[in-house]
Amino acid sequence: MSFISYLINGISLGSVYALIALGYTMVYGIAKMLNFAHGDVIMIGAFTTYTVCSIAGLPPVLGVLVAVVFCTLLGMLIERVAYKPLRKAASPLAVLITAIGVSYFLQNIALLIFGANAKSFTSIVTLESVKLAGGQITVTGETIVTIVVCIIIMILLTLFINKTKAGQAMLAVSEDKGAAQLMGINVDATIALTFAIGSALASIAGVLLCSAYPQLTPYTGSMPGIKAFVAAVFGGIGSIPGAFIGGILLGVIEIFGKAYISSQMADAIVFAVLILVLLVKPTGLLGKNIQEKV
Amino acid sequence: MALLEAKNLSIYFGGLRAVDDFSISIEKGCLYGLIGPNGAGKTTVFNLLTGVYKPNEGIISLDGKNITGLKTTEINQAGIARTFQNIRLFKKLSVLDNVKVGLHNHHKYSTLAGILRLPSYRKVEKEMDEKAMELLKVFDLDSQAQTLASNLPYGKQRKLEIARALATNPKLLLLDEPAAGMNPNETQELMDTIRFVREKFDMTILLIEHDMKLVSGICEELTVLNFGRILCQGKTIDVLNNPEVIKAYLGE
Amino acid sequence: MAMNKMKKINISASLKSNLITFGIVIAAYAVMQILVSLHLVSSLMRGLLVPICVYVILAVSLNLTVGILGELSLGHAGFMCVGAFTGAFFSKYILYAVPGMPGALRFFLALLIGALFAGLFGLLIGIPVLRLKGDYLAIVTLAFGEIIKNLINLLYLGIDENGVHISLNSALDLHMEDSDKIIVNGAMGITGTPNDSNFTIGVVLVLFALIIVLNLIHSRDGRAIMAIRDNTIAAESVGINVTKYKLMAFAISASLAGIAGVLYAHNLSTLTALPKNFGYNMSIQILVFVVLGGIGNIRGSIISAVVLTVLPELLRGFVSDSRMLIYAIILIAMMLFNWAPACIAWREKIRYRLNRKKNAKEAE
Repeated sequence: MSFISYLINGISLGSVYALIALGYTMVYGIAKMLNFAHGDVIMIGAFTTYTVCSIAGLPPVLGVLVAVVFCTLLGMLIERVAYKPLRKAASPLAVLITAIGVSYFLQNIALLIFGANAKSFTSIVTLESVKLAGGQITVTGETIVTIVVCIIIMILLTLFINKTKAGQAMLAVSEDKGAAQLMGINVDATIALTFAIGSALASIAGVLLCSAYPQLTPYTGSMPGIKAFVAAVFGGIGSIPGAFIGGILLGVIEIFGKAYISSQMADAIVFAVLILVLLVKPTGLLGKNIQEKV
Repeated sequence: MALLEAKNLSIYFGGLRAVDDFSISIEKGCLYGLIGPNGAGKTTVFNLLTGVYKPNEGIISLDGKNITGLKTTEINQAGIARTFQNIRLFKKLSVLDNVKVGLHNHHKYSTLAGILRLPSYRKVEKEMDEKAMELLKVFDLDSQAQTLASNLPYGKQRKLEIARALATNPKLLLLDEPAAGMNPNETQELMDTIRFVREKFDMTILLIEHDMKLVSGICEELTVLNFGRILCQGKTIDVLNNPEVIKAYLGE
Repeated sequence: MAMNKMKKINISASLKSNLITFGIVIAAYAVMQILVSLHLVSSLMRGLLVPICVYVILAVSLNLTVGILGELSLGHAGFMCVGAFTGAFFSKYILYAVPGMPGALRFFLALLIGALFAGLFGLLIGIPVLRLKGDYLAIVTLAFGEIIKNLINLLYLGIDENGVHISLNSALDLHMEDSDKIIVNGAMGITGTPNDSNFTIGVVLVLFALIIVLNLIHSRDGRAIMAIRDNTIAAESVGINVTKYKLMAFAISASLAGIAGVLYAHNLSTLTALPKNFGYNMSIQILVFVVLGGIGNIRGSIISAVVLTVLPELLRGFVSDSRMLIYAIILIAMMLFNWAPACIAWREKIRYRLNRKKNAKEAE
């Protein structure tokens, strides 16, 4: 019975990873950059909700809404100020390092405003726990909401990309920026939109993550950010279903590792599985393998 | 015995037979041309001969030695050097260093000697510099030895690629469209250089080319590829007058 | 004749450039020593001298992987961690087992062992390097570094007359009679490592790392490594053994990081593997040094490692609370200034104008 309960918890944690990984993978697919500051947007999202709900005492729905709007704007601002000028830089590492600078910036802004002490985040979920299998398994409201939200977002995102013009433009830009531009697609706007969506997803992930694990510090987003990055690579970076599958798998592996092997070794296990997967499939589970033409 | 002997080479990509039952025999010292319309599989033949692709069928032997299935590196060490259709230089290295990389397997000293700058380092580096400059002179690149390879004009980049290939001291040199993107004057000059290389280094050369003037001007023998298969093979003059070849090139 | 001149210029040019780099390091060392002897250096800054040497070695060695081999590694701190723990373990063991061994010899051997083990791990991680490219490689190296850090936090290791005791659970599981002989104590790490590091040794090791990396770059092997970076397919086509040279670059880079780790460990009384010192954040910090200093530019790595290590401490005097925030802003600004095409064009324009003015003046 405990197996099923671990599995559900794993899927729930994995759903959060998947939401963050979606942002990573979309930005990577379109801007070909690893946005190391993405994890910190999660933290900013959580702090925004914290400010609105716990400090200002407004209702949770408003808190989430403000966080989403704020992070969306923040993501677009970061892209415009720090990444766009480097889009044509001589080395792709330039924008990677700048992203690291942005990550330090976000962490230290939060540190200045909220201090280093962990804040206890009040869950935004009011749903009661559900008991299954005659009371042997307890599933918390947070777990259910996280999984449901992740599934809804995944469906909406897939519809958006496949059915809307903007979504098709995103696909086109990720395939070939130059050709997309020649077809009349506004590449700058499409990239900005991608950052906006990615950041919005990150803020939702932040709120869900902190509802389940209510410790909030300026460094809260750092490790989940890296894990989500791993999840995105795991699934094949640039692939949206890959990020989803990678995220879920990673969450499940982490929870199982904690439960059955050693709670301290869980991270090592996650990373070891990643290395093994990449050795067998060098471009991740669903990644495209492009060979250089001679 | 011929220097290069390839028998019944085939390679499939998915369902596509990119090269089908390709055989060629090149005598030592010959200047051999490989021609054919776009997409006929000429570069694929080069990739097969140099181990970039492994043939699904067939045997390649160089100087009597079976080299089928060897890695690119090993094939170069066995004696085949090549240039690329889309120029592949070491862009951030100097012109001189590009050639010196080509000399890598012929002028050696240990890693330790390099790090400690032992006498063997100085001696061998000096030999390499002399040898490389000698090669650069052949291609009239010696005055730009310290220029970054990426800063050379296009025509000179093609020449540098040939110099680098020659530095590996090959028995057989493969040139993939050496005249691509050159104007008639440059092409003429290139023809002279190719002839000169053949004489000076006693080189056997197989080249892919679209420029018919160049091909008919310097090649002694030709193979024509069409849709991955050999259309015609033989002395240049016979091949160029073959009605099948004319049809393939000019249409009905 | 002209040819002879040519090659002499070539060899001596690389030698000259190397000597300038060595000169800068030695001059900086001399100035620092004078300032210290005149008591003009705060104790805080004095405490930074050895860490600066550690970071310089790390930056120089990572530049070998990132700038010269052209592969992105986010696990450099992992190699440093291996070197630090194997080196400190050795020193601590020798303290018990061979108490009479002179400190200098012990530290020298510790350096060798740290370099050797880090190099071995470099080879181990080199295997995926051969299969993976770009960002996939980056994530594998990051994962590797995290695994190392994670495992070391679980490692309990002691040696007594009954032999080696090892456990991944707890100190009690070692079943040792004398708990003083536990050398690696899980998350509490290694305590009581002899304090063998100092600024002078640090600078000597910096010079050592520089000699290896700079001379390697200008040798036959270095050329092969750079050829692989610039065009792997072409390198293969001229007979370069890509596997061999990739592994060589990775192993040398890892060994030097191991040496930095040994230096780091012998500067501390307690060595623990924290996210701060051996986690991916540290690997990223080293990468920041490399990219800001100029990818493939060894001298730039040295300068940016020094500046970025000292900068937060200098800022502490003015804006203690927001110093890391300002550090972040400076980092972003410097990246944009150095790398953004628009900024580069703007700088060119300014330079052109200045030159024109100068020429105009000279013409008068």
